[in-house]
Order: sequence, then structure tokens, then C-alpha cells
Amino acid sequence: MSRPQSWVPTDPRSVPTREHVLSGLHGTDEGGAELVQLLTPEGQRVSDDRFGSYAGDVGAEELQGFYRDMVLVRRIDREGNALQRQGQLGIWVPLLGQEAAQVGAGRAATPRDMIFPSYREHGVAWCRGIDPTDLLGIFRGTDHGSWDPIAARFHLYTIVIGNQCLNATGYAMGQKFEGKVGDGPDTEATMCFFGDGATSQGDVHEGFVWAAAYDAPVVFYCQNNQWAISVPLERQTRVPLFQRARGYGFPGVRVDGNDVLACLAVSRWALEECRTGNGPVLIEAFTYRMDAHTTSDDPSRYRLADELELWKLKDPIERVRVNLVREHGVQQDFFDEVQAESDELAARFRAFCAAMPDPAPDRMFSEVYAELSPQLEAEKAAYLEYHASFEGA
Amino acid sequence: MTTMTLAKALNSGLRAAMELDPKVLVMGEDVGKLGGVFRVTDGLAKDFGEQRVLDTPLSESGIIGTAVGLAIRGFRPVCEIQFDGFVFPGYDQIVSQLAKVRFRSQGKVPMPVVVRIPFGGGIGAVEHHSESPESLFAHVAGLKVVACSNPDDAHWMIRQAIASDDPVIFFEPKRRYWEKGEVGETEPAPLFSSRIVRSGADVTVACYGPLVKTCLEAAAAAEAEGTDIEVIDLRSLSPLDLGPVFSSVRRTGRLVVVSEAPSEASVTSEVAARVQEECFHSLEAPVLRVTGFDTPYPPSKCEDDYLPDLDRVLDGVDRALGW
Repeated sequence: MSRPQSWVPTDPRSVPTREHVLSGLHGTDEGGAELVQLLTPEGQRVSDDRFGSYAGDVGAEELQGFYRDMVLVRRIDREGNALQRQGQLGIWVPLLGQEAAQVGAGRAATPRDMIFPSYREHGVAWCRGIDPTDLLGIFRGTDHGSWDPIAARFHLYTIVIGNQCLNATGYAMGQKFEGKVGDGPDTEATMCFFGDGATSQGDVHEGFVWAAAYDAPVVFYCQNNQWAISVPLERQTRVPLFQRARGYGFPGVRVDGNDVLACLAVSRWALEECRTGNGPVLIEAFTYRMDAHTTSDDPSRYRLADELELWKLKDPIERVRVNLVREHGVQQDFFDEVQAESDELAARFRAFCAAMPDPAPDRMFSEVYAELSPQLEAEKAAYLEYHASFEGA
Repeated sequence: MTTMTLAKALNSGLRAAMELDPKVLVMGEDVGKLGGVFRVTDGLAKDFGEQRVLDTPLSESGIIGTAVGLAIRGFRPVCEIQFDGFVFPGYDQIVSQLAKVRFRSQGKVPMPVVVRIPFGGGIGAVEHHSESPESLFAHVAGLKVVACSNPDDAHWMIRQAIASDDPVIFFEPKRRYWEKGEVGETEPAPLFSSRIVRSGADVTVACYGPLVKTCLEAAAAAEAEGTDIEVIDLRSLSPLDLGPVFSSVRRTGRLVVVSEAPSEASVTSEVAARVQEECFHSLEAPVLRVTGFDTPYPPSKCEDDYLPDLDRVLDGVDRALGW
């Protein structure tokens, strides 16, 4: 009888242990021997020969900045959940637990780099200077994202799973065609975000193939949060995801996705590789989706709460807080200030949401085309006239 | 005025667009060194280089998906899908991204992408090489869909499509690639317009792509029997430019819509529906259709039965006149 597991070159520590399986846990909290880590869950700074230097310059001040980023992003995320429960939003897509994976990557990118998000990247959006209120329309149903993707160098959220991997690759090919890869002062790269579930999509595979074929400067950044709605990672892959890169001919790195410094360092390295012509690169940020897939989901139907307990011990924010206190002597005042700022941001976020007007009916016809056809003009005029006939009725 | 094949007319149109705008790229399977399986891109790679004429990996979703990314970057990609029946791996990117990015971004990200698709039967090909999927694109908001029928239109319509800031699905009548015609020095008409290609008084025949020639031949044959057919080349399938069809039907009172594609939920259904909305009182007979059948495209030894030909068009005309 065939035993495929026998020839899968996997690290046994990166799959669920016998104890995990016996206790009904699908996911693992163990990233395996190749997991890059610079800050342990206990808040201790550790060294890494290959990537440590890419975060070597991060001192107390910058680390405080990352702490602030993560606290504020988590707060927005919790507010989003609450606003959905209150009926202000149709749906919310929580990022809880993935703050470090997103802030580390987001802060590694320069303003020249382009980013293609999936739909959970509120933390990356934050790092790109997108105001959190700009996300609300998507989930309230007033627009599909209100920021300018070209100016922010942050594409609109992509909901069809994996589509953005090809779009990002095409964009990166364009950067290369324009001579923005190499030794020059104005080099650029592209970062593409997707999840573990997306790795089963053809578009992700094709993105990998095309990026390799054209040496495209694109960092494929997979947040492996262990769950694709209700389906565990084991249904998507036999091998750890980062190892797939080898089959396409480019490097793959697994980083502790709950370690903001490691995510920053590995992303900085990967972006530099891409800008200098050594792209593409695959990063697997090994993390965990602490909340539901969306507010419409009920994780209690498919996973045990024990899994959450394991991962709570690896919280991305707490380890930075501990490090700031123990290694940098940061005082309570700082944490209080961030808390106060988070309260203000949350209040502004809520107030903005409640005051958002519904779009007028002509919004349906807006920018469907650069040039609206006479037929569509007529459809629009007829409906607006019909709509207006109810006014005052 | 130069005489050339339809394939060559497309080639010279692509060349002109590439000379005009350095952001225009040609991309697809075998479009570089080989010049495309129909040689439509012949010589372009040699003259414009590998970074503007991309021999891509064999992946249609990849062709469209990366074209979307290149367009976000500011390029104007012209994608070639090798055969009609191979477009479907790219259909997701066409429907989910290409058609919607402008709308989603409210105009901040235009999608000036052209997708060229050789379509239709009549060349004795194997399965998946003879289909007419245009209705599947005409149904998608955000896309524009056109079909050329002769060398002059082929040359100018591809240039106009590339200049358009909207995504255009560009259907090329593959069995007419080798037929010659004159290509003029100026645009014959706006891109999204239909044209009366033969005036007549008794029956209106609306058609597009490879069957325009068939319908013109049918009209010539009918003339010998004393029937005067007006032939309209629809050219733009989405948006449809039906003004000329409405005025024609108001004169003739009869309309036959002709296409190779299956009739159900198709471009021909749309023409029929809108003509009855606009010309109800002018119609002397129901709008009739002469189309391929509602079957998969058959083995090629059956295609002479499947494809509307001169006789089937005239049969449709006779039925309209005899109503």
C-alpha cells in the first residue's frame, strides 16, 4: 500500500502531533525547526544568523511604533466586529491574531512598493496610510473600497480567492519592464497577500509560475492562519507551504507570523531580494486566525477552543509589550497613551460609520465604463425617472 | 488604400498601435517568435522586442490576470487567446477583475486591456477550436465586445479597441483570416457602431463576424430572384448599436438575425428582444433567427450542417417574407 507521507520531506514538528490529533486539534502551534523568530512568545529577543540583521536597527522607539500599530489595528478590528453585531455593518472580516504578520510586512514595504491585499489586510492598509474609516464602505455596502489604489500603492481588496496573485505578478512584471529592478536608486517591488486556503487555487500556482518565468519582483506573502473558513490546512497541502517555493525555483521562508520583528526582517529581506532582481520570494507567515472567518461564521462547529488556548500563549502584541518593559524599560505611561489613542480612534471609527450616507441610486451606473453606452445612459435615465416618481409619495 | 488579408490587416493595426504608444504590449501563447498560430502577430517580436511582445507561459488565467496587473501599472496589454474554446480558464479573471476594476475603484484604475479571440467554425478543426462564445462576454457588465468581419474593419477596429480605456473583447472571424480586402487610410466608423453594408428594401438581415460575408452572398443570390435584402454588420455586440437596425426594420418590416452561436440567451436574442420593444408596430413578421444549434459545437464533419450558410439565411428570409 502506498504511504505518501513516507516521501513527503516535511518537518514532523510542523504537523499536528499525536497528542494534537488525539485531542481533536487540526492545527498546530508549532512552526517547526525552520521557523524564523526574533522575539519569542515570552518577549525575549533572540538572534537569527540569516535574517536578524534586517531588524538589527529596530530600537525601543521603532518597536513602540509597532506596538502602537498592532494595538490600534486590533482595536479597529474589534470595533468592526462590534459594529456588525450592532447592525451597522453587513459583515466584518476579523484579523485578530494576525496583527504582527500584517504590521511586520506592511512596515517593511517602502512607499514605492506596491501591495495587493486579499480582504483581511486591515493591518497592512493601516501601514499604507489608509484611514480605517476608508475600509468601512466595503462592509457597510456603500462602496467597494474608497481609497485611491494608485496613489496609496495599495490595491483594492480582492475577494475572489487568489485572483490578486496574478494581478500582483503582472504589476511586478511592469515594474521590471520599466527598469525599476536592479541597483538604481528608485527600485521597487510588489507584495501580494493571500491565505493558506488560496494556495489551492490555480491563480496562485499560475502566479508562482509567471513570476518565476519573468523574474518578477514580487513577494508572495502567505498568511497561514491554519483555517480556510472551516477547512484545516491538512486539506490544502501535504508539505509545509513555504516548501512549495522550491518546486517553482525560488526561495520560500517560514516566519513566525506572530512575531512582528521576524515578519519585518524577513519581509525587508524578501523585498530587497526582489528589488535587486532576485525575485520572486515566498514567505509563509505562520499564524492563527483567533476569531471567525467572518462575522457570519461559527468556528465552534469545526474547531476546539483548546486550539485558541494554545495560540493565546503566542499573542503577537503581548510579547512586544513584555519586551518593551523588560529589555527597554518602557514605562506604563506609554501603554496608557496608546490605550487612550485607541479609545479615540475607536470613537471616531464608530461615529464615522454611523454617519455614512447611503449612495444615491445613480451610483450603480457610475464608472461601469470610461464611456457609458447610449443604452446604459437610457437605462439609467429611465430608472432615475422612475425612482424620482416616488418622491413625496 | 492597400489590399491585404484580414490577418495582415490586424497585424498592421497592432503595429500601428504599438508604434503610437510605448505602453502597448502584445501578450499570449506563441505570439512572439512564431507570430501566433494564425500569424496575426508575425514580425512584432522582432521589431518591438521581448518586453513588448510576450511569449507567455501556457496559462490563460495567467494571461488575463497579469494583463490586469500590467494595466494597473499603466500598460495597455493586448492579449491573444489562441482559440475561442481556450478562453475559459481566463474567464474568472475577465469577469471578476478585468470587467470590474474600474467600477470597483470608481474610475481611479482604468482597464485598457484588449482580449483578442479568434472565433467561429468552418476550418475543420478539432473540438474547442470552433466556438462562438461572444454572448458569454456580452452579458458581463464592464466589458465591451466587438467582432470584425473584413480587413478594413479589422485594421481600424483593433486600433480603436487598443485606444479605448475600457476592456474590449475582440472577436476575429478565424475562417476569414486569409481573405483579402482593401484597408483604407482613415477610420471607417466609430468602434461601437453598426453599419449598413448593403442597402435593401424588403428584409433586414443583421449579422456579424464571419457570417457578414455569407449574408452578403445570400443577398446577392436573392437579388437574382427579385428580393432586396438590407445587410447590417452589427460590429459591436456590447454595447449594441441598434439605431440603424431600428430604422431599417421600420422601412422593411422584417428582420432576420444571423449568427454562428447557439440561439438561446444570446446576442441574437438580445437583438430580437430590443427590436420588438422599439419597432413593434412596424413589424410585418416576427423577428426570426438563423443560428448555430443549441448543442455543443459538433465534430467538424457535421459543421456544414451546424453553421448557417447562404441557403439557411435565404430560408430565414423566405420565412420572414412568407409570414
